[in-house]
Amino acid sequence: MTVDSVPPFGEVVGAPTAAPSPRPRRGAADKGIALTGELLITAGVVLGLYVLWQLFYTDVQSERTQSAALEQVVFPEPAATPALTSSGAGAGEAGETSTPLEMIPDDLKVYSPAGAPVMAEPAEATTFAALWVPRWGSDYIKPVSEGTDRHTTLDRLGIGHYTDTAMPGEVGNFAIAGHRTTYGKPFTDINTLEVGDALVVQTDGAWYVYRVTSTQIVQPEQVEVIAPVPNQPGTAPTVASITLTSCHPRYSAEQRYIVHGELEYWAPAGHGYPQEVFDQS
Amino acid sequence: MMYPWIWRHLPGPAWAKVTMLVLAAAIVVLSLFEWVFPWIFEALPYQDQTVGDA
Repeated sequence: MTVDSVPPFGEVVGAPTAAPSPRPRRGAADKGIALTGELLITAGVVLGLYVLWQLFYTDVQSERTQSAALEQVVFPEPAATPALTSSGAGAGEAGETSTPLEMIPDDLKVYSPAGAPVMAEPAEATTFAALWVPRWGSDYIKPVSEGTDRHTTLDRLGIGHYTDTAMPGEVGNFAIAGHRTTYGKPFTDINTLEVGDALVVQTDGAWYVYRVTSTQIVQPEQVEVIAPVPNQPGTAPTVASITLTSCHPRYSAEQRYIVHGELEYWAPAGHGYPQEVFDQS
Repeated sequence: MMYPWIWRHLPGPAWAKVTMLVLAAAIVVLSLFEWVFPWIFEALPYQDQTVGDA
């Protein structure tokens, strides 16, 4: 059957009887109803497309931007899933045989924020660190960029660092935000983090291994969660904390899901990877 | 009304009309995805994941 034999939809509206011919003459009211129907159907399709765009296409766009951002910052250890040597197979590029992956030796680990290299706060929307979360897979490596502006940072570069909060390794609270859904959704599984999980921050100068100490769900206006001492604004900090904030519940912006952690140790970059990033928790 | 009108006014045989309509739909969807929806989203309060600016 050819497409020609199908009556264009809309023509059916206003046909008073089942008789296909002769085609009845339609009044202005019928035409108005038909047009309204078409416009409503179109609006419905556009709304459906919007949902598809938001839930899926923004991920496509942002993941592209975020991997590009990560490739632009060069760390001593590549911020890419290193091929684990235990598998033996030559997963290296250009047929290279994989050399044993170097792990940070214990004597380089400093279990105190004292002496940790603290980088200066970079310009807005500058990617300055990578976040590794073993709980979310050994391939979970996301760029961390300066600022929490949605347009320039959160919707494009992914994880954003609250301006004027501590930098990685610094005594105070290294506070970062990320989308729970859409735009690459870096913190989509934030509710799966448990006390003791490693949160590893990689910068040009060092590795910082934090451990989750607590989680909480708060109202959006509770800014004390990113205070230098979390939940105790005005208190002088003595430890290096990390705080992750994201939406809660998922697909909503009603509340905020908060994860707090504390620095376990740091180590200078250039001596291999921390074992934690390969530990399957 | 408008869709039958478009169908009647497109030249060529049915398969050519269908091709043109598919192309047009693709262009419309792509421009919605790339420009219109991001612009609408900017104006909406959803998806804030920071504290303090709600």
